[in-house]
Amino acid sequence: MREPTSAILTLDGLSVRLPSGADRPHALSGVSLSIAANEILCVVGESGSGKSIMANAIMQLLPGGVTIDGGRVMFEGRDLAAATGVEMRRVRGAGIAMIFQEPMTALNPLLTIGDQIGEMFSIHTDLSSAAIRARVLALLEDVRIPDPKGAARAYPHELSGGQRQRAMIAMALALDPRLLIADEPTTALDVTTQAQILTLIRDLQKRKKTAVLFITHDFGVVAEIADRVAVMQHGSIVEQGDAASVLHDPQHSYTRQLMAAVPPLTSPPPRKLSDDTILTIDNISKTYRTGGFLGRGARVTPAVKNVSLKLPRGATLGIVGESGSGKSTLARCIVRLIDPDTGSIILEGKDWATMSRHDVRAETRRIQMVFQDPFASLNPRRKAADLVAQGPIVHGTPPAKAIAGAKELFELVGLDPSASDRFPHEFSGGQRQRIGLARALALRPQVLVADEAVSALDVSVQAQVLKLLAGLRQRLGLSIIFITHDLRVAAQICDLVAVMKDGEVVEQGLAGDVFDRPQHPYTRALLDSIPGGDAARRSKAALPPSD
Amino acid sequence: MDAVKRYCRNPAAVTGLVLLLIVVAMAISASWIFPREPLALAGRPLIWPFSNPRFPLGTDNSGRDIAAQIFHGARISLLIGGVATVIAIAIGVLIGAFAGFYGGWIDNVLMRITEAFQTLPNFVLLLVLVAVFGSTLTTVTIAVGVVSWPAPARLTRAEFLSLRNREFVQAARTLGLRDIQLIVGEILPNALPPVIVYASVVMAVAILLESALAFLHLSDPNVASWGNLIGLGRDVLRVQWYVSAIPGIAILVTVLAVSLVGQGLNDALNPRLRGR
Repeated sequence: MREPTSAILTLDGLSVRLPSGADRPHALSGVSLSIAANEILCVVGESGSGKSIMANAIMQLLPGGVTIDGGRVMFEGRDLAAATGVEMRRVRGAGIAMIFQEPMTALNPLLTIGDQIGEMFSIHTDLSSAAIRARVLALLEDVRIPDPKGAARAYPHELSGGQRQRAMIAMALALDPRLLIADEPTTALDVTTQAQILTLIRDLQKRKKTAVLFITHDFGVVAEIADRVAVMQHGSIVEQGDAASVLHDPQHSYTRQLMAAVPPLTSPPPRKLSDDTILTIDNISKTYRTGGFLGRGARVTPAVKNVSLKLPRGATLGIVGESGSGKSTLARCIVRLIDPDTGSIILEGKDWATMSRHDVRAETRRIQMVFQDPFASLNPRRKAADLVAQGPIVHGTPPAKAIAGAKELFELVGLDPSASDRFPHEFSGGQRQRIGLARALALRPQVLVADEAVSALDVSVQAQVLKLLAGLRQRLGLSIIFITHDLRVAAQICDLVAVMKDGEVVEQGLAGDVFDRPQHPYTRALLDSIPGGDAARRSKAALPPSD
Repeated sequence: MDAVKRYCRNPAAVTGLVLLLIVVAMAISASWIFPREPLALAGRPLIWPFSNPRFPLGTDNSGRDIAAQIFHGARISLLIGGVATVIAIAIGVLIGAFAGFYGGWIDNVLMRITEAFQTLPNFVLLLVLVAVFGSTLTTVTIAVGVVSWPAPARLTRAEFLSLRNREFVQAARTLGLRDIQLIVGEILPNALPPVIVYASVVMAVAILLESALAFLHLSDPNVASWGNLIGLGRDVLRVQWYVSAIPGIAILVTVLAVSLVGQGLNDALNPRLRGR
């Protein structure tokens, strides 16, 4: 059968085999899809669905032990699955280019941006170095990097995340490839930067008529950018079609489930808040000083500037902001992992900000923290039950009783108590986050500080953990400080919201008020940048209520 | 248990382990196979190996049984290697853990001390220590341990530096754990694998250091050690070369075995680094 002339890349029954001992025998099984010129195909799926393996299989960049064991990758009349290393080198960069999730690790830290983009030309063409320089500048102007001349001379660490991703895009588009593979290119970026990069990719694609294979886990991004959508689950495409039809009329149950898990930007009706304040943060400041000898040449970074907040008993206070806004520093000041420079944090009549280390250790059971990364926040060499029981044991509970208590907590956070003698690596990301939650709850805290507690999780798992958190708040009478960069998540769970920018709180109030009637221009910019914000609201309304 | 399986799949590592077990078996069986004092005169001096069934590996220039000395020497080499390694790793982990965990001026002071030790060549420092404190088996062992700790200290410090700000350590801190509990209970178990692997290097070097001392007649002359035998054979090296060569091979095999085991441990404990 002849492929339609418009298709640039056709995957035909592509299967990729995983080494024995993996969670399933095939990373991809029988994936067929095609991308036409001048269109953006979004491949959506949760982590582990095989979407990145697919991108790497197309480029023949599979890790060792992972092999293509069936199907074809047709690109310009050639089967890339059977291409030799020499042939592939000619295709990579010139025929198919790729951009990655984390531009900092994808760029060589020892070369300037200009040199790295120039490399594309010196490898694939025989232009003179002056011509290469001119082309590099033109490219950097194309991706609308501020001060292209300066950027060409800069090293990767001297640029911001968004600028680095622009440089990556410039490099990928240097040789006018027919196909651009973008593997989660905006996932590591702040929401406002993400919106800019998405617009940029869309514009460049229109102008250069490149085909784009865009891999993402975020339905908001899909709504923003896709012409067509393919939904992936466990290594197979379960649904594909036009963006509009898939987004508004999903056929497969998995697609529906994924879309239902995307939190809408409308907050639930406000709950009645207690007049009783449990935690009062007053004028907290923290400044980092690094380097310098006797105060000379030191770098001073004010991370948190005069923040004052009040947490009513039983309420959830969301602190939202982009990376570098100081929200994590603030959280760490509240649990005294970091000592604030000035200000007071009053909990139950005691000032946490100035308490001695010894007193903090004793009082720490009143205020506990849940961490962002479910993989890094659990000691890999302790069993789950030990992890949860550790806190009570330190505070004087007999070990046997603490372990029994840990098993009860397992039930409370929705884990099987019989799994409590397993090690953390035997649990999934969502389960690990539940262990982290159980560990924090083991000390029966009054205040829980959750630092990006659901940010590393897939949407469907995220929804479950948020539901669990809301349920526990009710049952245990917890007061929660919920720190997140994701406004959609904040809208779901928070009663009150404080928006932070550059270490300051620029706006705070009831969640409904802040999201529906933002006062500060920065809050408005944040809300406008949410990918697929309008689409999510509309489609949410059209969806049947999920359980 | 995965680590054990990975170790057993590595032929070089298994070879090393077998060789090491043979040396250990020699050390254990020495008293049964050669019940006589190995340093006592046994027969005519300088009998070539395989020429007299009573002395399978021949005799040295004083007429002592070489095979008996090799077997008994295995005890000394393993003892010095083992004890000196434990001393070196203990000092190194202690200093490295404190320097890495606390940082700041504690780190500065401890690392300057470490550097002071590192800038002196190991062997020169060892000679000084032995010259000052004498050359009994105990002082030699301690001296070898004392000159070998800086590298494990730096390694432990580097591990602690990268681990101390991990989220799981912060989480344990928010639970109210004391610093010493954080160091011993949380960070150390995660920092140990590379240190254990490095211990094999320390052990191999310790065995070599003792041999080198003995070669210069500076080790304890009252014990049968491989180094002493090499030193003895030096006088007859041009004709009866086997007197030095046989203990030399024993040292080579032991050090090789320890290194292979160390490499195997490294591959088994850090599976992701393999295949580089």
